[in-house]
Amino acid sequence: MYAQLVKSEGMKAREEMTPQEIAFQERIDRGEKIEPKEWMPEGYRKTLVRQIGQHAHSEIVGQLPEGNWITRAPTLERKAILLAKVQDEAGHGLYLYSAAETLGVSRDELMELLHAGKMKYSSIFNYPTLTWADMGAVGWLVDGAAIMNQVPLQRTSYGPYSRAMIRICKEESFHQRQGYAVMMKLAQGTPAQKRMAQDALNRFWYPALMMFGPSDKDSVHSAQSMAWKIKINTNDELRQKFVDQTVPQAEYLGLTVPDPDLKWNEEKGGHDFSEPDWSEFFDVIAGNGPCNKDRLGARVKAWEDGAWFREGLMAHAEKAAARRAQAAE
Amino acid sequence: MPSLPDMTTPQVAELARHQAEAHPAHPTVPQPDEGQEAFFETLLRIGDSALVLGHRVSEWCGHSPALEEDIALANVALDLIGQTQLWLGLAGEVEGQGRSADDLAYLRDAWDFRNLLICERPNGDFGHTLMRQFLFDAWHHELLKGLAASSDPRVAEIAAKAGKEVAYHLERSSDLVVRLGDGTEESHRRMQQALDALWPYAGEMFLGDDKDAQMAARGIAPDPASLRAGWDATLRHVLGEATLQIPASDFAHKGGKQGIHTEHLGYILAEMQFLQRAYPGASW
Repeated sequence: MYAQLVKSEGMKAREEMTPQEIAFQERIDRGEKIEPKEWMPEGYRKTLVRQIGQHAHSEIVGQLPEGNWITRAPTLERKAILLAKVQDEAGHGLYLYSAAETLGVSRDELMELLHAGKMKYSSIFNYPTLTWADMGAVGWLVDGAAIMNQVPLQRTSYGPYSRAMIRICKEESFHQRQGYAVMMKLAQGTPAQKRMAQDALNRFWYPALMMFGPSDKDSVHSAQSMAWKIKINTNDELRQKFVDQTVPQAEYLGLTVPDPDLKWNEEKGGHDFSEPDWSEFFDVIAGNGPCNKDRLGARVKAWEDGAWFREGLMAHAEKAAARRAQAAE
Repeated sequence: MPSLPDMTTPQVAELARHQAEAHPAHPTVPQPDEGQEAFFETLLRIGDSALVLGHRVSEWCGHSPALEEDIALANVALDLIGQTQLWLGLAGEVEGQGRSADDLAYLRDAWDFRNLLICERPNGDFGHTLMRQFLFDAWHHELLKGLAASSDPRVAEIAAKAGKEVAYHLERSSDLVVRLGDGTEESHRRMQQALDALWPYAGEMFLGDDKDAQMAARGIAPDPASLRAGWDATLRHVLGEATLQIPASDFAHKGGKQGIHTEHLGYILAEMQFLQRAYPGASW
């Protein structure tokens, strides 16, 4: 879930809708896709820009915690896999910024909002990657949680977003397997490696649960987004699904989920589990996570240090165009 | 402060005897098969250059000036790491002591590395990184053309595969050097500075030694000096279009191919080899 706490418009009752809005809602209800040049309510457009933008930002900021271990990967094969994975994240960023562009907002505008702290990215990327096992935990848990959210979004109502999600999901599920493979190797390795794996699970478990956003009872933005099929499942549904899927995977690894109250509930057919510390979540969202300053700082630095490069390319393109025009005269 | 007494020869001999008793001799460093030493060294030179440059390029991941560059640089780094696996894998095979590509990458110290010095130069600004890549790609492309005609079919096969990748690297780095050289005043200045700073590290690519001579005589690898004409032609063409001045000096730093490196390599290895060194024998 790379989009948390996306602000949406208040839910409109049907009797408050204009005929155009009613027709739009009916198209969505019939499962039709909305395409870029078609009419859409301004609230739909704005909510999508926020959500897709936040998702895109998460992909590019998400390069950093894993990029942190590329130069220290323990074998040539692991280095290649990690590089390819981080490259995929950048690619996801590209598809998503392109999807956002179809809604009339440029990549540069979105980047500037990110750099100014006016747009968010997923809270998870504000946690540090401290050992190699974190490369396993991030793939397994973070990509796992992202997939949980993104698989239903393949059916989202906005065509370009839906198509981007279909491509992204294929790659994410590959990443999750790679992450799990890293964990498996560690869990079956030396005692030090096993300790490393357990430590990574301990640190990433609750931040991964936070990726789904606050509990439904505290989530104020969901109803309209769900009516528009921008959001398909509630936060708590997805969190439950994630826990139920992940617990047996941890057991298979011989690792312990850091929740003493975790237990199977036969009646509901799912696990009971402890809620993450939501005050920590709101701290991280407010900019006080362990890595917020470093992550955003790194992105701003890359952008500012690269200004001359982007300007150089633009200037050359203009010169080349002028030369072509002159030659054509 | 009392000074220590002078150390006498019998004391030194005694010390050595104690040391030898306390610490049994280290296992000997593996030696390549008879007659294969020059071949082994040559493969290390090619493989280590790919490894060390791939490492440097990968440092940019997530920090480059545009998303497209993040993707492209990751591609180049991936290709170089893939080539490293092939070259060092073959090096281990030729050495015949059972060392894998990973053993060679992660368990040698700096003095056993044979990469060109240009590969270990720090990234600097993005222009510096691109210029380093261009100078290397132009050479790498010529080298792989020569190696594709190697008398050793294993070498020819790897070179043919790597050659396709490197043709693209050269196309990309040439294109960016032209656009930035002939871009704004600032981009021009930065690219010229990068060229001037890296120039003294280019000449090493064409310096041969007796190992290179043996390889050329056996038809395994081209004589390094023979690659210069093609490289010069590429540079004249690309740098000319980029409106950049080729420096007049022909001074060349050297030593990388013989294992005498800059101070930078030690830090690269400290980082790269950390896990293998901290957890010896673990499998990842």
